[in-house]
Amino acid sequence: MERIPILRMGEFLLVTIQVDMHDQLALKLQDDLSNAIQRHAAKGVLIDISTLEMVDSFIGRMVADISGMGRILGAETVLVGMQPAVAITLVELGLSLPGVSTALNVERGMALLRRKILGVGDVTATAG
Amino acid sequence: MADAVMSSVLKKNGKELQAAWTRDLAAALPTGKGRINAIELEQQTGEFMKLLTVAAEHARGADISAADFKSLRDFLEGVSRSRALQGFTSDETATFIFSFKKPLFEQLRMAVGKDADTLANETWLATALLDSLGLHTVKTFQKAREEVINRQQREMLELSTPVVKLWEGILALPMIGTLDSARTQVVMESLLQKVVETGAQVAILDITGVPTVDTLVAQHLLKTVTALRLMGAECIISGVRPQIAQTIVHLGVDLQGVTTKANLADALALALKRTGSTLKS
Repeated sequence: MERIPILRMGEFLLVTIQVDMHDQLALKLQDDLSNAIQRHAAKGVLIDISTLEMVDSFIGRMVADISGMGRILGAETVLVGMQPAVAITLVELGLSLPGVSTALNVERGMALLRRKILGVGDVTATAG
Repeated sequence: MADAVMSSVLKKNGKELQAAWTRDLAAALPTGKGRINAIELEQQTGEFMKLLTVAAEHARGADISAADFKSLRDFLEGVSRSRALQGFTSDETATFIFSFKKPLFEQLRMAVGKDADTLANETWLATALLDSLGLHTVKTFQKAREEVINRQQREMLELSTPVVKLWEGILALPMIGTLDSARTQVVMESLLQKVVETGAQVAILDITGVPTVDTLVAQHLLKTVTALRLMGAECIISGVRPQIAQTIVHLGVDLQGVTTKANLADALALALKRTGSTLKS
């Protein structure tokens, strides 16, 4: 069964979604990621959705949920690389994902995570 | 075929007909505006006479959708299209055809003589034919005008959404005119696309040129702000005029969580601070 790889980079976890998300896969990712945060004692999670071209309300909620779970487990979560079409769709669906941190690309997301965890510098990307 | 009388009149007295018609036309059209000159008018009347003579000879009845009238139809379409572009009104355009009636009827009367029945019949046939030609002209005129309006609308939509780069990582979108759903959609898409292309961190939506903000417009603005946030960019709304601020509060629109500034300068200063750039004065 296919699954989305979770890469460890120091104290961060990097998740790159490169396939079309279906419900089962999203649930599996949720499960895997929460276990991985626990196992590696990760401080931050970066979810890259720059290749994701289609979302529905379920996937939208799932992304928000994953972010919430990360926070409960003590890891900051940043969602990066959302495409314009996806952003418009989520807004039209009424999913504004409050409380989810976002950044334009992986580089910016990484910088945002560092600032959040080290607690220094001005946070440029908004945090809901 | 009853059309024969008209056909022969057109053939025999074509020159006189055209002269009388052109004179009437020139008198009926407002001159001195330089929109159409006498030579052009004479060319058009001459061309019309020629085509009508050919069509009347071959055609049966007054059905102008028949193949015999094709060249005549095309010619009239060309005339009314050029009239529409030259800024003529619809009645001025229709006059081109309808003013042909008077000279034609006179010629018909002369040709038929005292036979009242034949004259009535001939006049009716000519009227039916000219009326349908006139209507066709007006229809084409209308269509040409609509095309002009559509093109202008499209151009306005393109013109109204320029996304400008103010600074490294700062985009601005000055909005002018009333915002509706279609325009906001275009604005939102072009802004988001530009954010992806330039990797901007802050986008400033300037609404100085937006005359009124109602709940719908406010909702559109909020959607744009939210979409930008989801993509990881920040949005500042600038150019909120006092009346608009009052309207927004009275309408009970919740703009909390959205940064707003009174003018573009303040918004730029804030954006520079957010991106970590500084200006020396």
